[in-house]
Amino acid sequence: MNSITDSLYNLRLLDDLARKETRIHRMHPMVKLLVTAAYLFTVISFGRYEIIGLLPLILYPVVIFILAELPVWPILKRVLLVEPLIIGIGILNPLFDHQAVTLGGLEISEGWITFLSIFLKCGLTVTAGLLLIATTGMDRLAAAFRMLGVPRLFVLQLLLTYRYISVLAGEVARILRAYSLRSPGQKGIHRNAWGPLTGQLILRTFERAQRVYQAMCLRGFSGEYNTGGNKRTGTGDMAFLVIWILFFAAAGVYNIPMLIGSFLMGEYR
Amino acid sequence: MSHHITEVKDLHYIYPDGHRAVNGISFTIHHGESVGIIGANGAGKSTLLMLLMGIIFPCVGEVRVGEVLMTKKTLPLIRHKMGMVFQDPDDQLFMTSVYDDVAFGPRNCKLDEKEVEKRVLQALEMVGILHLKDRAPFKLSGGEKRAAAIASVLSMQPDILVMDEPTAALDPKSRRRIMKLLQGFEHTKIITSHDLDMVFELCKRTIVIKNGEIAADGPTSEILVNEELMDACGLEIPLALQSCPVCRKREK
Repeated sequence: MNSITDSLYNLRLLDDLARKETRIHRMHPMVKLLVTAAYLFTVISFGRYEIIGLLPLILYPVVIFILAELPVWPILKRVLLVEPLIIGIGILNPLFDHQAVTLGGLEISEGWITFLSIFLKCGLTVTAGLLLIATTGMDRLAAAFRMLGVPRLFVLQLLLTYRYISVLAGEVARILRAYSLRSPGQKGIHRNAWGPLTGQLILRTFERAQRVYQAMCLRGFSGEYNTGGNKRTGTGDMAFLVIWILFFAAAGVYNIPMLIGSFLMGEYR
Repeated sequence: MSHHITEVKDLHYIYPDGHRAVNGISFTIHHGESVGIIGANGAGKSTLLMLLMGIIFPCVGEVRVGEVLMTKKTLPLIRHKMGMVFQDPDDQLFMTSVYDDVAFGPRNCKLDEKEVEKRVLQALEMVGILHLKDRAPFKLSGGEKRAAAIASVLSMQPDILVMDEPTAALDPKSRRRIMKLLQGFEHTKIITSHDLDMVFELCKRTIVIKNGEIAADGPTSEILVNEELMDACGLEIPLALQSCPVCRKREK
């Protein structure tokens, strides 16, 4: 019961974080969107046996975490929520792909390597996505999508879905509270009540959504979600974009850990 | 502020299920007037407000705001002149911060961001919650939410304020604060409420609705003290005018 109210508050955490005023937060939303897209592209472009090459890409989330002064644990917790899904997808890899490789004297199946690579890629991409929202906020992100020419309807859909999640969750919390107060000593919801409760929920959310929509119309809403002035991109923004894209390209083309390793070894020799 | 008359002529509205919610209502509200619309539950107050705001259109009759007939085409114009504060502020506040919420209307008017900022700060200042501008609306208290909802309408700079139960679910101090705030506004005010004491203090004129029709329309000081009329319409005279609960005597 409490958990849904808690998650309602947790849901707004990213919005709260997005209101911070750090250098990263002040950056142009489109730049952040492009950098994130480039990052995602780089991460997923790695082959399934490459793990070492992926490691330098951890630098990006680390830098953003530090510069944007974001709390690490609450965001990582959200990443972990997705990981079981990935474990479900990847756990069979070691069974199907059991060609053995030797890694530092240890013999393991290649399946484990692909599994680890999927796990890592998922972690990195989801973190990057969450960081984008936590440093930009949904509203400004939507503005960035519009600037990139994404059709109005899609952007509106995204924004309103995001908004209505909390409306829906709020109604769920209220219905569950009313139910649990009148069913002492019962765990969960009896299956007889599932139907009426869901029906209730749909009707209530419809009504609520309609009132919210009316309130929007009365304040001049006509289909375009205006999220405020779009500032221009500055030199700092461009530098941020160029540096990261160069870095991603370098990480994609060269195996940086290997290069550093051989460089150090060469030095020592 | 230009001279504005809100004119309602022979308004009828029948819901799709056949329920006659509004049944031939006519009245004229002049510029700067503050009018209370009262009635028992289901009397047709909310439907009347929705008709006034053009959320629904009447089956018969017309609404005119400042000489402009309300049609689908004139709606944007009319909604610039009239602002409505909803009963549940949560319906009205849906952006991530109070500032963005109050800025929602002006931004829809395509004002430039400087003007938007000016209006938002002005509206927040008027309702006394400038310090809350960066807070998330869902973290505010009931009274603060109500003030934010009012600010979000004020930022559109309407001439007419329509309010549905502005004092509902507020603690006594917050209620008093909102009432003081409303008292200070020069706008034309149309307020529906069951809080008859508030209507008694804020509105010079009262319209009583019963079964979708006007049962009485006149000075508040005459209507709200009319025990017989109030009783017939499912209402009571304001608490302040009732017998003192301790000595059982009515204060004169």
